[in-house]
Amino acid sequence: MIAALRKELLLQWRSKAQLMAIFVFGAAALLLFSFAVGPDAEALRKFSAGFLWLGLLLSSTLTLAESFHAEMENRAMEGLLLLPASARALYYGKAIANWLQLVFLGIALVPVMVVLYDAGTTRIPELILIIALGAAGLSAPGTLYAAMTAQVRSKQTLLPLLLFPLIVPALLASVKATSLIILGDPMNQGKSWLVLLLAFDAIYWSLCGLLFHKVVEE
Amino acid sequence: MREDNNRFPQLPWILLGLGIVFLAIGSYIGLFVAPPEMLMGQVQRIMYVHVPTAWNALLAMTFAFVCAVVFLFNSDWKWDARMEAAIEVGVVLAFLLCCQGSIWAKPTWGVWWDWDPRLTTTAVLLFAFLGILALRKFVDDPARRAMWSAVATIIAYADVPIVYYSVRWWNSLHQLQSSPATVSRQFWLPLRMNAFGILFLMTAFIMLRARVGSLRLKQELAPPPQAGEVRG
Repeated sequence: MIAALRKELLLQWRSKAQLMAIFVFGAAALLLFSFAVGPDAEALRKFSAGFLWLGLLLSSTLTLAESFHAEMENRAMEGLLLLPASARALYYGKAIANWLQLVFLGIALVPVMVVLYDAGTTRIPELILIIALGAAGLSAPGTLYAAMTAQVRSKQTLLPLLLFPLIVPALLASVKATSLIILGDPMNQGKSWLVLLLAFDAIYWSLCGLLFHKVVEE
Repeated sequence: MREDNNRFPQLPWILLGLGIVFLAIGSYIGLFVAPPEMLMGQVQRIMYVHVPTAWNALLAMTFAFVCAVVFLFNSDWKWDARMEAAIEVGVVLAFLLCCQGSIWAKPTWGVWWDWDPRLTTTAVLLFAFLGILALRKFVDDPARRAMWSAVATIIAYADVPIVYYSVRWWNSLHQLQSSPATVSRQFWLPLRMNAFGILFLMTAFIMLRARVGSLRLKQELAPPPQAGEVRG
């Protein structure tokens, strides 16, 4: 699994230009959301958490769809499966790499959100924790579905179609927790949303790991 | 070779007839015999189809989940056909459920749509299962299609309780479920009649659709004609 993770991270590091492009895509999405609302500073601040997560979600479909690109060329996937490593290790390597990439992207998008929507906060560690948990919720089912959709026609359409309904609870909890951090949390509700996110992550990281070998093996 | 999913060729047609009769009688009682409800008046009569649709939609999705689990374990094609049938019927019922809910919500709550847990969960479920049907359309290899859609069905079904509770924390307005104990007998009879009516119709449709699915699979899995062999 460590080797699989190393391979993924190396690949990502060597395609920095793509990571940069996806960040610019996310930032552009954040810019566009503000045009949808209008120059109302109060409303923008109120919805900033939702915009951040939608931006991250839209960017995530790009990174996830690309994540199996290397495996599809020259039938490299079959070669990987022939190695004395279980499909599960491959899955977790890939999912952790995708997760790290999304966390990175999410943290990079925060300053853009702060500047555009005036949504600053001093509770940085908690914000990073939520981004980490929310990104984990996106990457676990996202990696599994990407493994399917990478092998079919019109993958760009199919991945969001499968992924978006599924991650509704993760999105909901992340948005709520983030906006409680930005706008203040007088009722101390943030903790229950964190628990929900944790539960979602636990269920999907184990379930998808269990089912992954059914997807890639013939 | 016996055809899959065709052990009782007459049964779906009998169920179809029974379902129509039950639904007709139940709806007649619901519309003309049962008294109007005290608070909601005539609008409440849509409950006689709405509630049975909800039960049966959930039942169809659950059956799809069971088929997916069985297929993962034994890779028997007839379970793939059954799963496809159950997902399709479930999607139709979930769509009808959303439509009926909107028709009821407009005069009662004053809005077409509300972000209530059951409503939202149904919508999420509808989109999740539509995605699986789309996936099936895009994969040409029957073995992969069956395996992937079984995996996707299990993952989507596991999401149902999480969506339900997350939306429930988020917002709530829908009235609590009624049980036979809280509903008077005059309302109870048409509700039960319609529930069985839709159950029979659903079973018949799933059986017929599974038979079609099996026939299609048989054609797909048949070995290609040998060179020199004349195609009929």
